[in-house]
Amino acid sequence: MADRTLAPHSPAEAHKGGKPPLLEVRNLQVEFPTRRGLLKAVRDVSFSLQEGEILGVVGESGAGKSLTGTAVIGLLEPPGRIGGGEILLNGRRIDNLPYAQMRRIRGKEIGMVFQDPLTSLNPLYTVGQQLIETIRTHTDLSEARARARALELLADVGIPAPERRIDQYPHQFSGGMRQRVVIALALCVNPKLVIADEPTTALDVSIQAQIIKVLKRLCHEHGAAVMLITHDMGVIAETADRVAVMYAGRLVEIGPVREVVKNPRHPYTRGLMGSIPVIGHDQERLNQIEGSMPRLTEIPSGCPFHPRCPEVFERCPRERPDLLPAGPSQAACWLYDPEEPRGAGHG
Amino acid sequence: MLAFIVRRVLQSIIVMLVVALVSFSLFNFVGDPINNMVGQETTQQQREQLREELGLNDPFAVQFARFVGNAVQGNFGISYRLARPVDVVIAERLPATLELAFVSALFALVVGVATGVYTALNRSGIISRVIMTISLIGVSLPTFLIGILLIWVFAVQLQWLPSFGRGDVVDLGGWRTGFLTSSGLKALILPAITLGLFQLTLIMRLVRAEMLEVLRTDYIKFARARGLPDRAINFGHALKNTLVPVITITGLQLGSIIAFSIITETVFQWPGVGLLFINAIQFVDIPLMAAYLVLIALFFVVINLLVDLLYYAVDPRLRFDASTARGH
Amino acid sequence: MSALDPLHRTKAEEPPRAPSAWARFFDSDIWYSFTRSPVTVVSALIVLIFVVGALFAPWIAPHNPFNPAELNLMDGFTPPMGEAFSGNLYLLGTDDQGRDVFSTILYGARISLFVGFCAVLFAMVLGISLGLLAGYRGGWVDSLIMRIADVQLSFPAILVALLIFGVARAMLPRSMQGEMVIWVLIIAIGLSDWVQYARTVRGTAMVEKNKEYVQAARVIGIHPLLIMLRHVLPNVLGPVLVIATIGLALAIIAEATLSFLGVGVPPTTPSLGTLIRIGNDFLFSGEWWITLFPGLALILLALSVNLLGDWLRDALNPKLR
Repeated sequence: MADRTLAPHSPAEAHKGGKPPLLEVRNLQVEFPTRRGLLKAVRDVSFSLQEGEILGVVGESGAGKSLTGTAVIGLLEPPGRIGGGEILLNGRRIDNLPYAQMRRIRGKEIGMVFQDPLTSLNPLYTVGQQLIETIRTHTDLSEARARARALELLADVGIPAPERRIDQYPHQFSGGMRQRVVIALALCVNPKLVIADEPTTALDVSIQAQIIKVLKRLCHEHGAAVMLITHDMGVIAETADRVAVMYAGRLVEIGPVREVVKNPRHPYTRGLMGSIPVIGHDQERLNQIEGSMPRLTEIPSGCPFHPRCPEVFERCPRERPDLLPAGPSQAACWLYDPEEPRGAGHG
Repeated sequence: MLAFIVRRVLQSIIVMLVVALVSFSLFNFVGDPINNMVGQETTQQQREQLREELGLNDPFAVQFARFVGNAVQGNFGISYRLARPVDVVIAERLPATLELAFVSALFALVVGVATGVYTALNRSGIISRVIMTISLIGVSLPTFLIGILLIWVFAVQLQWLPSFGRGDVVDLGGWRTGFLTSSGLKALILPAITLGLFQLTLIMRLVRAEMLEVLRTDYIKFARARGLPDRAINFGHALKNTLVPVITITGLQLGSIIAFSIITETVFQWPGVGLLFINAIQFVDIPLMAAYLVLIALFFVVINLLVDLLYYAVDPRLRFDASTARGH
Repeated sequence: MSALDPLHRTKAEEPPRAPSAWARFFDSDIWYSFTRSPVTVVSALIVLIFVVGALFAPWIAPHNPFNPAELNLMDGFTPPMGEAFSGNLYLLGTDDQGRDVFSTILYGARISLFVGFCAVLFAMVLGISLGLLAGYRGGWVDSLIMRIADVQLSFPAILVALLIFGVARAMLPRSMQGEMVIWVLIIAIGLSDWVQYARTVRGTAMVEKNKEYVQAARVIGIHPLLIMLRHVLPNVLGPVLVIATIGLALAIIAEATLSFLGVGVPPTTPSLGTLIRIGNDFLFSGEWWITLFPGLALILLALSVNLLGDWLRDALNPKLR
């Protein structure tokens, strides 16, 4: 609970314009009560997202990135819950809204794309029925107008012969085609924010690029911001404007995509980048970070990464660093503390 | 579609043949059919003659074919105990059992699905917990005890409802119905509840479990993420998907109501085929036992077929499997 | 999401094959959930009381209801806690022949539990053997066994038991029927309830069959079925235990039902079901205790066993609610 007393640090971007950012997450905590105590899966995460911006969120599985996305759209599954912090959409708090009001925001203002297109669509309804139902939930379009809109959307996401396909059932579509339908469903009433949770992980490698392209193009056309959750740095590097790196429930680095990829600041991010093969470079072997991410019940003291960190020093196990400015990025690492003598030589 | 139906019908016929074989074996190998038909004073020669007349010396296959041929025409021989043709006796008793089974099945289905959905949607509510606890007691309660308890409360203590029999019946061209008289309807209440209660708890628990499973699926999460109203999610999306697997098992359960009515009919002295069967077992009345077995199997097979067709109508994946396989 | 589920994580951390099935069974999680569920503890206690009461009925029961010398016909129809003709006090009253209802329940539970346990044991051995055979041999043996199982499952167990009982009755000489009836009952109930075991074991056996150790066993000349038995059993112990517990409740109910229908245990050594059947005749004349107390005992016993089974199923499978 000591985390809560720390002053909420708004990301620098928030102060630039007078207008509040599209999405602002402040000191978000997600927790699961278990019989062995409270399991904190997301700790003290803060970031913001501007209109039309694409923020990549990366991390290993279990780092808390999906939970952060789920918390934003208000779909944490009990017993999981938001244990603290605030989520603001266009400057308005949405994390404490009553269920009925939050429901109206879902789909209309925040859309979501799930990982597995094979299971995201109801098998007993045609694609058209599912689209029309969603459109008519949030607008007062007539059945015929909603159908016309659905056809338009299907064409937009690149489904050939939408007039024929609209009356087919999900199982008659291939995986890639289904994910296009899912994207059409997520975008069908022009939400300003789309949370894409591992949208390509379950797909064939050959189709992944197409889906990302469709997602990027459509969000650009609709002016929607995207929170792109993935563990695939390649996807992030091609798509995102900014990147947030999560480790053991915390944000460890956030910054412009070029910076984070070319010049990672946090030792964990460096390890993460080192583990990606680079075409054209003769690498003997890929770098690997020693050890594995700690279980949520056994998070080390101080900086959670310190047991695996190649640059650990005596302060790391004692005190936990907050996000500190590190060039154009921010990193939660004592190396970037201006008062830290050891930090001067690095960076 | 046609191929599917043909395949199912063929399977049903095989099941019927197996059951016929079992009941034919009952006839021929359990005790000596001749001994069961004639008195002590019959001579050995007369027995041999009867044996020849009845074709009991024919090869097994011939006898079995004859049995099946007779069975198809509803001819199961003469009841040892009642000395009347089995098919006539059963036809007299069948309306009582069918009416009872129909009302119980309806009761079990309607109340079972409703409470199942309710308890799934309000998992931790107090009413749900009470219903779940009662249902567990319901599963543990033997049917005959439910009947006895109901009789004790509503017939002996409160004296609201009759404790046995069908009440007054109206004869509609050979079908004697209890639906048309008030005493007939009153007499139906306790047996119908007794017979339906077990199926009800089963259907309820099944619907609840399936519904909870469906509510956890990705497409329900995705429906929530699209902001669909709860009504649409729970009843439009979740319930429909719940019903797909529920239909099969529920159909089979309802089929077994006819067989379960043995117990209820005994408790309430309900003049149906179940009571007839129990008496047949006590008196080793083999022709009646065999006929009853075939009858139950027939119900089972017919209901199974209907369930398959219904399943086919509800789930588009079955309908289109063949066409997509060709289309892509 | 699932990776964060605490139960999931602890599972994943376990070595793939737990050291021993029993160690896994008495794993702290199960003990914890047992002590945390008062309903389960109470159910276990009730079952224990029934088992002890049934085992030691001759020492616990205040009267021996089946010793004609102890019977006092004048004490017949004494209501619960009522003053009997002889001055004896009968806790739960007496039946028409002056037998102490409480004592008859103890003796009745003895028969009910005996039939129940034996039937479950018989069904278990039969089901496991057939399941193992079906899973190991595959082919037509498998289809034959599983077809039989399918057809049988589509008929209510009670009907199957009734039929088997009826057939046995027709085949056994009349003189032997009295003493044989309990064994016939056990076999009838057992035969009507083997399918679930077979299905569970078959599934596991089909997976294990293709593992290398089975092939290796063939090479060194040990019958692979024996080897599989040793490896399949620990894997299915949990589900089999759950099926057996719920099967016990079913068997007790089945026995009571058959006895109630008049085709089960004879009135000379009555089980709970026979007691209810006998007492049912007196329900209308106001002597409710003769049938309702054995009935309550039966409900209590069946419910407790069922609750235990339910808890066991949930405790052994954390993914279920």
